[in-house]
Amino acid sequence: MGSVYQAFSEALRAEVPVSLATVIDGPEVGAKLLVRPGSDTIGSLGNVGLDRVVERDALAELQAGRSGVRHYGSHGEARQADVSVFIESRAARPQLVIFGAVDFTRSLAAQGKLLGYRVIVCDAREVFATKRRFPMADEVVVDWPNRLLDRIGHELGPRDAVCVLTHDNKFDVPAITAAVKTDVGYLGAMGSRRTTDTRNQRLREVGLADDEIARVMAPIGLDIGSRSPEETAVSIVAEIIAHRTKRTAPNLRDGEGAIH
Amino acid sequence: MLEILDDLDRWQRSSKRVVVARVVDIEGSGPRDPGAAMAVNEDGEVAGSVSGGCVEGAVVGEALQLLEGERGAGVVTFGFSDDEAFAVGLTCGGTIHLFLEELNW
Repeated sequence: MGSVYQAFSEALRAEVPVSLATVIDGPEVGAKLLVRPGSDTIGSLGNVGLDRVVERDALAELQAGRSGVRHYGSHGEARQADVSVFIESRAARPQLVIFGAVDFTRSLAAQGKLLGYRVIVCDAREVFATKRRFPMADEVVVDWPNRLLDRIGHELGPRDAVCVLTHDNKFDVPAITAAVKTDVGYLGAMGSRRTTDTRNQRLREVGLADDEIARVMAPIGLDIGSRSPEETAVSIVAEIIAHRTKRTAPNLRDGEGAIH
Repeated sequence: MLEILDDLDRWQRSSKRVVVARVVDIEGSGPRDPGAAMAVNEDGEVAGSVSGGCVEGAVVGEALQLLEGERGAGVVTFGFSDDEAFAVGLTCGGTIHLFLEELNW
């Protein structure tokens, strides 16, 4: 096998973002172009103009984490369909940051892994935040939430999620205050309705605007009657999915229309 | 394709010819997203999956035909909504487009 497969498989294993464009219909079926942000392309789709346009589109698709078929003229012209190119994007895994090394964290971390997230557990208390207690987490960080977000907050985007599970204002308030300044797609915080009310009061006192507080899904999770940490984790990840897909999560049986 | 790399490497080391089938498009509901991949080697061994088990058997047949030169690399469609579709359907009612090619790139 050649250099395209070699570079593609290496990037997949190293979790380096990579996009593989393949001609699936047109004059050169099977021709390939491998695109990596910040590196030279490898291979060719058979035409320099087509390569240039597909490289640009592949980088954009990679950013959005999307894979799909696009159509071009044989020299890369838009609004033509001489060539169909399948662009397979392998973006870095989305991240799930869980603040609070509590019992619920273990189940949520496991659920997050199941859904393909890179899971980070963070707690300032080093007796709780140990790799031994959270072997499924990709990273266990002993630090204050705001300090972790100072470091990695700029990496967080629409595909990522932050869950605040400590329900202790000493940790919750700095975590939420730092998280609302990021572009993270989902932000949820655990606690009863009363805890949520008092926390919102504190968030207002430290200067958060109403629209920033409104970003926080609290009390966290969908209303499915979950009780145990395991059930609660299901309710939280279900809310993360519904939030991303902008659904309101009724039963499929009682609705109509497309499932996906 | 990450989940089938170990099998691909193993087959490559024993000089097996291999066909890779990748989901490139889904219409309606489909169990796997674009990029899901399965591979078939010349002995008919399979790695990975492209649906919930609905079309894998048919893909093996197509892959072996490709290795025997009876068909070229290209898109194969399975589903209910397409008149051209093969007899094998998806239980979820969607249509799935796969791109099949020999792994020689």
